[in-house]
Amino acid sequence: MLTTRRRFVKKMLALSGYALGLGFSKISLANWIADNFSRQTISQSITQLFPDQELQKSDRISLKLPRTAENGSVVPITISSTIPDVDTIYILSEKNPVPLIAQFSINPDLETYLGARFKMQETCDVIVVLKANDQYYQTRQKVKVTLGGCGG
Amino acid sequence: MSTIKIRSKRFADYTLVRTLIAHPMETGHNKNDATDELIPAHFIQTLTFKHNGKVLSQCQMGYGVSKNPFFSFKIKSAKAGDKVSISWQDNLAYSDTLEHIIP
Amino acid sequence: MKSPFLIVFLFISSLTSSALAWAEQEQDRKQILTFYQQIFPELQLADYAHGVYAIDADAKNSWQAIEEFPPYEFALEEGKELFNHPFNNGARYADCFPNKGIAIAQNYPYWDEQKQTIITLASAINDCRLQNQAPALAYAKGEITKILAYMAFTSRGQLINTIIPEHSQQAFNAYKQGKNYFYQRRGQLNFSCASCHVDNAGKFIRSEILSPALGHTTHWPAYRLNTGEMGTLHRRFMACNKLIRAPIDMAQSPALRQLEFFLSYIANGLPLNGPSTRK
Repeated sequence: MLTTRRRFVKKMLALSGYALGLGFSKISLANWIADNFSRQTISQSITQLFPDQELQKSDRISLKLPRTAENGSVVPITISSTIPDVDTIYILSEKNPVPLIAQFSINPDLETYLGARFKMQETCDVIVVLKANDQYYQTRQKVKVTLGGCGG
Repeated sequence: MSTIKIRSKRFADYTLVRTLIAHPMETGHNKNDATDELIPAHFIQTLTFKHNGKVLSQCQMGYGVSKNPFFSFKIKSAKAGDKVSISWQDNLAYSDTLEHIIP
Repeated sequence: MKSPFLIVFLFISSLTSSALAWAEQEQDRKQILTFYQQIFPELQLADYAHGVYAIDADAKNSWQAIEEFPPYEFALEEGKELFNHPFNNGARYADCFPNKGIAIAQNYPYWDEQKQTIITLASAINDCRLQNQAPALAYAKGEITKILAYMAFTSRGQLINTIIPEHSQQAFNAYKQGKNYFYQRRGQLNFSCASCHVDNAGKFIRSEILSPALGHTTHWPAYRLNTGEMGTLHRRFMACNKLIRAPIDMAQSPALRQLEFFLSYIANGLPLNGPSTRK
């Protein structure tokens, strides 16, 4: 495991040089807000991300998720929505130590669509929140995460 | 070789862009079996998706994203020859970027 | 008086004894196939190459979502580079293998009559390295999994073609030992491979569905979601024995090569589809 990481780090260093050569600019990157990714409960996370906001339940958000995660390390999700003017998508996993998995800004040139793979620690709801015109919409879906039988 | 792979496919109403990134997305809570020490956290924090130089999506993520992250987007309107790019930066300040031309 | 019948009888019985030996493995293969066809009447032969995904729709959807852009792509890319990279003496893997090593995985494992041993693709890779003064690679994980990924990839769609040479008693014995291993109960839990993958194929063990043994050799190496690494068939054998609390035979040991030989023979005719992703 360690050798793989050392090789990766070497590769990263080499690639950073390569990336700079391509005119890679830090300005284009989003800021990372550490507090959003701290270990906390889902309630705390929601309060922090959406203070004083109502997360309206919507049936206009479709989630494609397995009923049972084959392995909690890789849960594939596809999100799509017919809600117009969505500018941000948030993915949360209710019982993860860090409930916020990721948040994406969505430019109008993009469909409201996202595919991703994330980790789940135990059976719980996956919660997807969409922001559109300063309103917040949510949907949730339960995914079972089990201690495997013989898959290890 | 890059840490980033990008594939695109044009459909009638949209262009699907998928990316796969080689990254450990290490949480910092796993132990090295051999040394019994904690493996330090090493995960992508920000990612930017651009189309012809314009930012279409900026992402903040935590280590809850799976190892070797995958993301997919749909651009409403793109043409053959358009450029898309994926850039990422992690908590140890490593970064990478890749440009892809839509076929 | 020399009976012509005696002569004919002796002649025919010498033919049938080797014919019977040949017939046993074919009988095994057909019996196993018939058995599974009764449990899974909706499956075609080629479907068994997908293992548990052929019989668990939810898991299949999840697997297909991941196969859209599978995490083994990096290992595959590296594997191609490693495969094409010359040894210090200038020779390449392509020089060691038929057809330059492309689209040949379906012919492994095979019985080497000269060496009196089973050659697996992994062992052939190391034979090639040693012949060219390169150090052997570890069998369970690491670099060899990438080379195997590339060779498996070039062999996709090829039908498994495991041969037990007709007049080789040793080859048949090796097959037989693999078969016995498969049906032999072992370890604290007193399970055999068959206990789960034949007797309980399609049923649940805790929360997972057990895959049929038919087709177990088709999809390797596999990117394992649980380790985030490429794994080989033999590493999976080792993990399985550990889980049933049985003694662990090492990757590429005679016992595991024989097991692979048996499993590959009964899967003759199935298409290869490695590298793949598994939980």
